[in-house]
Amino acid sequence: MSARIVRTSRSAQVAMVIAAFGLIVLAAAPWWAGRADLRLLGEIYLYLSLAMLWNLMAGYAGLVSVGQQAYVGFGGYLLFALTMFAGLHPIVAILAGGVLAGLLSVPVAVLIFRLKGAYFAIGTWVMAEVFRLSFAQASSLGGGSGSSLPVDVVKSLADSRSGREALSYWLALGAAVTVIVCVYLFLRSNRGLALTAIRDSEVAAAGLGINIWRTKLEVYVVTSAFTAIIGGLIFLQKLRISPDAAFSVNDWTAFVIFIVVIGGIGTLEGPIIGTILFFLLRETLADLGTVYLIVLGLVAIVIMLKAPKGVWGLIRSRFDLELFPLSYRVRTDAADKGR
Amino acid sequence: MDWISAIVQGTLLGGLYALFAAGLSLIFGVMRLVNIAHGDLIVLAAYMGLSTTVMLGIHPFVALLIVMPVMAGIGYVLQRGILNRTLGDDILPPLLVTFGLSVILQNALLEAYSADPQKMNAGVIETASVPVGGLTLGVLPLLTFGIAVAVIAGLQFIFYRTSLGRAFRATSDNSDIAQLMGLNKTHVFGMAMALALAVTAIAGILLGIRTSFDPSVGGARLIFGFEAVIIGGLGNLWGTLAGGVILGVAQTIGAKIDPGWQLLAGHIAFLVVLAIRPQGLFPRVSH
Repeated sequence: MSARIVRTSRSAQVAMVIAAFGLIVLAAAPWWAGRADLRLLGEIYLYLSLAMLWNLMAGYAGLVSVGQQAYVGFGGYLLFALTMFAGLHPIVAILAGGVLAGLLSVPVAVLIFRLKGAYFAIGTWVMAEVFRLSFAQASSLGGGSGSSLPVDVVKSLADSRSGREALSYWLALGAAVTVIVCVYLFLRSNRGLALTAIRDSEVAAAGLGINIWRTKLEVYVVTSAFTAIIGGLIFLQKLRISPDAAFSVNDWTAFVIFIVVIGGIGTLEGPIIGTILFFLLRETLADLGTVYLIVLGLVAIVIMLKAPKGVWGLIRSRFDLELFPLSYRVRTDAADKGR
Repeated sequence: MDWISAIVQGTLLGGLYALFAAGLSLIFGVMRLVNIAHGDLIVLAAYMGLSTTVMLGIHPFVALLIVMPVMAGIGYVLQRGILNRTLGDDILPPLLVTFGLSVILQNALLEAYSADPQKMNAGVIETASVPVGGLTLGVLPLLTFGIAVAVIAGLQFIFYRTSLGRAFRATSDNSDIAQLMGLNKTHVFGMAMALALAVTAIAGILLGIRTSFDPSVGGARLIFGFEAVIIGGLGNLWGTLAGGVILGVAQTIGAKIDPGWQLLAGHIAFLVVLAIRPQGLFPRVSH
């Protein structure tokens, strides 16, 4: 009897096929979904992307930030600034915002990486406040009251309203797919292996020669750049920006954290499941207003105390499932014959 | 003279920030817990003070006699009921649980008191002032600073001169051995949180007299307290007072240059300290 080490599994193959079909159906949504549904789906994709990115940072690199709204808002504001003052095409402006956010995140990281653990979390929040207050000072961008995206900039995307909505939908879907694929490929690479080692034990990882500070810096810079791109897309949908909306800790961090915690932190499947549950909960309880947020907080606390690996952790503990083939498995010939 | 006045006002404001920070510093010192809901607990205390003064028709300072024990009770129950279960090697559970708590508190206050700004009425003391060496200082800011000094001296006394303080220090140094010596860790942590929230009650009442508040202002209070702790240096309560003063002075000087710069100047002072002296100005313990 011989044994082989494989990475893929039957469930991952099935998930891949279903995902491919699902993607085709979703990509065709502008032809079968109404205007409101299209908007909702777009929002779901963008939250899914934010959740994926936050999960990579907090769940794998151990960088628990409560300040990623800094980059969401930065990306949003750069979309407005670069289209209005530099005359860039909105999509180019969003990508440029991502690059600039990545560059800016390096000095930010050098400063706040000096704070450890939970203090790091609040340090990121201070940074987000600095971003918010700075943009509130920019009178050319409307100061504290914010500004709207000029009509000619909006028109440069597509001539008709339905064309613009379809384009912004595809951009959101494309962003979500890109983020998921990039995070997945990153985690499968050597660097991803280093990151997973850090997640499991920093001391052991350092002992194996992994440069922890550098690995964390890379993750922070890349997630910040992507987060800014998602921020640009969010405010391309909204067409209006203000410092309070752009740098909202509730909208861009609290919800994202709840999504990841409920779904299962430190897994790739978690954010996807969390996003679906979050929006199901929101669409059914949204009429309750603040009560909905209280329920969300309670659910997150109960999950953290009773099932710290989230809903996906509960599923995985019962069934040997893995939708993204990340771990290695030993498969024997006997097992092959048994199939 | 304007500048000297700004610096003195900032110093007095620093007393309030030190009160925000003292509770945060205390629980971090004893159990390495950073409570994200700390600012919202300050706001909760302010609302409790408001309800007590309105319902019983008493002065906010008298309301402290009710709010302090209630907050301490909440702290003890919160610690033993929820937070103790999150403590361990992993920093995620306490962080995320207190984050959830923060969202719950904020929205519960919103549900109970609406988003309208509220303020507590403390009578003539709010506008009273005394001339000091050519400057006119408000009695309330002076009193706040005095209370901050007294609270920190009191905490210092509890920490180093009482058996409770000995229990705090022992559990902080090595909780397993402290357990062997007959200390109940969960109870000691509960007492630490109770003490921290009693201080929070004082901070909340003084905040509510000084400025108007609404359910959303907790986050900023947490940040001010946190900045005071880091500027002053971890584990040093007098350092925390100095950190609060530096933050307060930076803010009033910023506001003097341009009103929009008040908060930004405070954050910049914090970042400068972080850049040139990440361990804080007066650190006592190293981590």
